[in-house]
Amino acid sequence: MDLAKLTIKEARRALDAKEFSALDLTNAYLENIARRDGEIHAYLEVWADSARKEAKAADALIAAGKSKPLTGIPIAVKDNILIKGRIASSASKILEKYVASYDATVITRLKEQSVVFLGRTNMDEFAMGSSTENSAFGVTKNPVDTSRVPGGSSGGSAAAVAGNLALAALGSDTGGSIRQPASHCGIVGLKTTYGSVSRFGLMPMGSSLDQIGPLTKTVKDTKIFFDVIRGHDARDSTSIPDYALQGGGKKIGVPRAFLKEGVEPDVLAVFNATLERLKAAGYTIEDIEMPNLPYSLPVYYVICPAEVSTNLARYDGIRYGLSLPADTIQEVYSKTRGTGFGSEVRRRILIGTFVLSSGYADAFYRKARAVRELIRADFKKAFQSYDAIALPTSPGPAFKIGEKVNDPMAMYLEDIFSVTANLAGVPAISVPAGVVERDGTNLPVGFQLMAAHEGEGALFTIGADVEKLS
Amino acid sequence: MKDISVDVEALAKLAKLEVSPEELSRLGKEIPDILRFVETIQEVSENVPQGDVAHRNVMREDADPHETGLYTKDLLDAAPAQKDGRIVVKQVLKKK
Repeated sequence: MDLAKLTIKEARRALDAKEFSALDLTNAYLENIARRDGEIHAYLEVWADSARKEAKAADALIAAGKSKPLTGIPIAVKDNILIKGRIASSASKILEKYVASYDATVITRLKEQSVVFLGRTNMDEFAMGSSTENSAFGVTKNPVDTSRVPGGSSGGSAAAVAGNLALAALGSDTGGSIRQPASHCGIVGLKTTYGSVSRFGLMPMGSSLDQIGPLTKTVKDTKIFFDVIRGHDARDSTSIPDYALQGGGKKIGVPRAFLKEGVEPDVLAVFNATLERLKAAGYTIEDIEMPNLPYSLPVYYVICPAEVSTNLARYDGIRYGLSLPADTIQEVYSKTRGTGFGSEVRRRILIGTFVLSSGYADAFYRKARAVRELIRADFKKAFQSYDAIALPTSPGPAFKIGEKVNDPMAMYLEDIFSVTANLAGVPAISVPAGVVERDGTNLPVGFQLMAAHEGEGALFTIGADVEKLS
Repeated sequence: MKDISVDVEALAKLAKLEVSPEELSRLGKEIPDILRFVETIQEVSENVPQGDVAHRNVMREDADPHETGLYTKDLLDAAPAQKDGRIVVKQVLKKK
């Protein structure tokens, strides 16, 4: 079997046809991990023994003719999603030894399929970052060019799939954390409609923004994975009722004014060339006005830190995770948090504390929420006339390790085109669309499509065309 | 645009976060830079929708509780210190 070319769809066929077993497949990935992950560092922990057991159980189901779409498929899980009895650290010191008390709903759904869990993947601590350099446990390298970051925060998941260390992976996307690493590693990443996939058992970061989604090699695989993990869950109060996927039309809007600055020229050229190919294939491509989009990143960097500062108050050294001894309970809190959180997490907690503080909450937090409504209204209006909106996934390709890590604003700008979908709650996909050359290496560039709420169907049909035409 | 003064030390205290003097001085520069960037939202006209229709807190019904004690052990086992089915914490209130 050629893991570089293997997809979920093909693995399903081959497993059911008994061309290879789930154990063979799992062993092939474990061998790749043993050979290559020392360099890539996609994984924080590999579960070889339990993976083989799960593979054998999957083989028994397959032999009995009881396979489901993901039975025996070896996947990786981002380190902020809970699997009962397993460490889930969010790549942080504060939860370094935290063992999950229960299964996330997405994990329950995957267990019902008898998937094979290969391990947990590296990420930016608590999903804050765009390079995976904010992990407390070392950086992940991009399999395409190991001097570069894989993107983030789901960088370990993206690198695992792109480096043939897993057939698919789970990630979470608060402002681009699935799509941007997918773009930088040359794979497909889906940010799902807000409420479509249960967040029960996902460590919350920005609760009005967070969504779980898959990272896979093809659009078809993304659909297969999404169909397994989506669905209403009474344990997530923001979960929405089940919905049917509709196919997409052929009318795409491009908020051209938003692309005037900040995009690297050859990345913009890949984006425009993709639009041209779609046009040649019968699509209507039109420039549209979405006047409030340029405010997306500023709005995001008010709302996200505000929600971070409240959500991360739970890590206090009392109920779980690190706890540093001190004379008073107040000192237990401040020492545990000061020692257990990394610098980006501390920065966001403090920004969030500021924008929520008395005297500033009106000018920052409430204003940001109001402008967010304007952004949502821009999307709503656009989707009355268009089936999808296209933007680059990220303004540039994967950058060098160390290049932006000491410049928070430069790092935040990585998400300029991806935070929009999270603010509006709409689904968005990044599909590989071409390459740009840096220092003699061709680096992948993703093409981002956004659709109306519950519009993943449109993303899959148009995304498949992008894939076919690229 | 008016200058934003940020007392990082006070914020850190509010957030119950120990921050070293070196980091305080670095954040004292970084946080205002970030706030100046996000402050561009002030340019947006006041003609914005009032109230938050799309985003509101969603609560579950306060009903149908699970059986008492069903998850107690699992959850307590995650705590740094436990005793007799409770989480142990430092004394919060002191007698004068």
